[in-house]
Amino acid sequence: MIAALAFYLFAAVLIASAVMVVTARNPVHSVLFLILAFFNAAALFLIAGAEFLAMILVIVYVGAVAVLFLFVVMMLDIDFARLREGFQRYAPIGAVVGGILFLELLLVLGSWTFADQSEDLRLSPNPGASVTNAEAIGRILYTDYVYLFQISGLILLVAMIGAIVLTLRERVGTRRQNIEAQVARSGSISLEQVPTGAGIRALGIRRPPEPEAEPPAVTHDAHHGGHH
Amino acid sequence: MDGFLSSPVGVLAITIAQTLALLVPVLIAVAYLTLAERKVLAAMQLRRGPNVVGPFGLLQPFADALKMLMKETIVPSGASRFLFIMAPMLTFVLAMLAWAVIPVNEGWAIADINVGILYLFAISSLGVYGVIIAGWASNSKYAFLGALRSAAQMVSYEVSMGFVIVTVLMCVGSLNLTEIVLAQQNVWFFIPLFPMFIIFFISTLAETNRAPFDLPEGESELVAGFFVEYSSMSFALFFLGEYANMILMSALTTILFLGGWLPPIQMEPFTWIPGPIWFALKICLCLFTFIWVRATFPRYRYDQLMRLGWKVFLPFSLLWLVLTAAVLKLTGWLPA
Repeated sequence: MIAALAFYLFAAVLIASAVMVVTARNPVHSVLFLILAFFNAAALFLIAGAEFLAMILVIVYVGAVAVLFLFVVMMLDIDFARLREGFQRYAPIGAVVGGILFLELLLVLGSWTFADQSEDLRLSPNPGASVTNAEAIGRILYTDYVYLFQISGLILLVAMIGAIVLTLRERVGTRRQNIEAQVARSGSISLEQVPTGAGIRALGIRRPPEPEAEPPAVTHDAHHGGHH
Repeated sequence: MDGFLSSPVGVLAITIAQTLALLVPVLIAVAYLTLAERKVLAAMQLRRGPNVVGPFGLLQPFADALKMLMKETIVPSGASRFLFIMAPMLTFVLAMLAWAVIPVNEGWAIADINVGILYLFAISSLGVYGVIIAGWASNSKYAFLGALRSAAQMVSYEVSMGFVIVTVLMCVGSLNLTEIVLAQQNVWFFIPLFPMFIIFFISTLAETNRAPFDLPEGESELVAGFFVEYSSMSFALFFLGEYANMILMSALTTILFLGGWLPPIQMEPFTWIPGPIWFALKICLCLFTFIWVRATFPRYRYDQLMRLGWKVFLPFSLLWLVLTAAVLKLTGWLPA
């Protein structure tokens, strides 16, 4: 009873926020509604007893992917009035494309047949009471589907390398910090133990420094460039 | 009485009582953590710290809270009103929400769920939203820059934190927090996994935006970063959320590496002290180190922060993960 009520609540909020993702005027609000939709989907997983999937959904999609979405969308500099102009001109084309996609979906779903015991499996993803569902997923993923799992990993790796190759550019004249050289340097910095309360005067260091007898001769030879 | 306790209303009443029994001490701890931080920092800098309000300044947190409550909440013009008000609430609620799964003793958790560690990781990864929404909704350049920095920082350090957690999970064989603690009865994990313990501790500093990784605040360059436009109680919620997160991360470090509520040695004088006290003592040790680090190290530069996260911690934790897996497999210590 409570589970059914919770299901309809989460499902209703999920669909409503999905609609808001498309119709919200501000893209940042769209992403926030998307996050709400992810949360409700996670809650539906929880109701179905798949707590591992629910947590992974929140960690991966809400905790990482949506953060980057938000990151990018917040920095967009878009004139929304210009984006919306010509809506009536493009609406028929959009409707035709949407209609074709809908028909294709209908064709696919028309020839769909359910497995015999799918109805029993639907709300009990665990194979038994003794196995947690993290274990249950692991047993299937790393045995029957191990090649598909590896291939999906490789595809993600290729996408990552592609993104780096496309955006990495060497700029000339950038200054870099060589941390290894800094750490390996010795001699110029040392720690001194001074009596508490005495300050650096105990070491013979004067602040402000006492004026030198004669200012050192200014040489410009060693200073080619380097001034900004 | 038994009938009432097992009815839906009774279960609800028990849950609420348990929640209060946990959250009230946490909130008091948060209040006194702010005082402890000021006292410890003062001691390290040869000052006295707050010592006027109450004996030894013990009433200072309450004076601060009252001051915050009396001030006016200012919403900047051009701010996204709803999100501006919601962001600090989100930060605070998330910091409280995570405590639902923390076991303070064997069987003393409000919800002892199977995927406890994943729940904690999920909640802590949501913390970035409070910051990023606050920065965007304030309609201010400084706040926005702080929010962007924070988003990049938290996402970067979460990756290596994830690998550290996976390493611990391999040694335990369960995602349940109670079982993680019970697996450390012979040896606390910070001894065999010492490098991962260090990486995890530094990552928690970055995750909670504490010094030396407090770039999102960066008062010398960004005024106060993402909460520059906040005042009064909405600022206080950010403040409380940050300190509650520190305590939470210390609790997580304690559970993963310092043996949770277990005494150091399972022997007579140590076992007299009850588990929750050990748990609190270990959290205090972690918190002291947080403050100690703040008093000691200067703030990182932004590129150094990113270098440390992606080029040092990530490869190292990945390597150590593979190494741990190999050792566990070859020695046959892999938990069933």
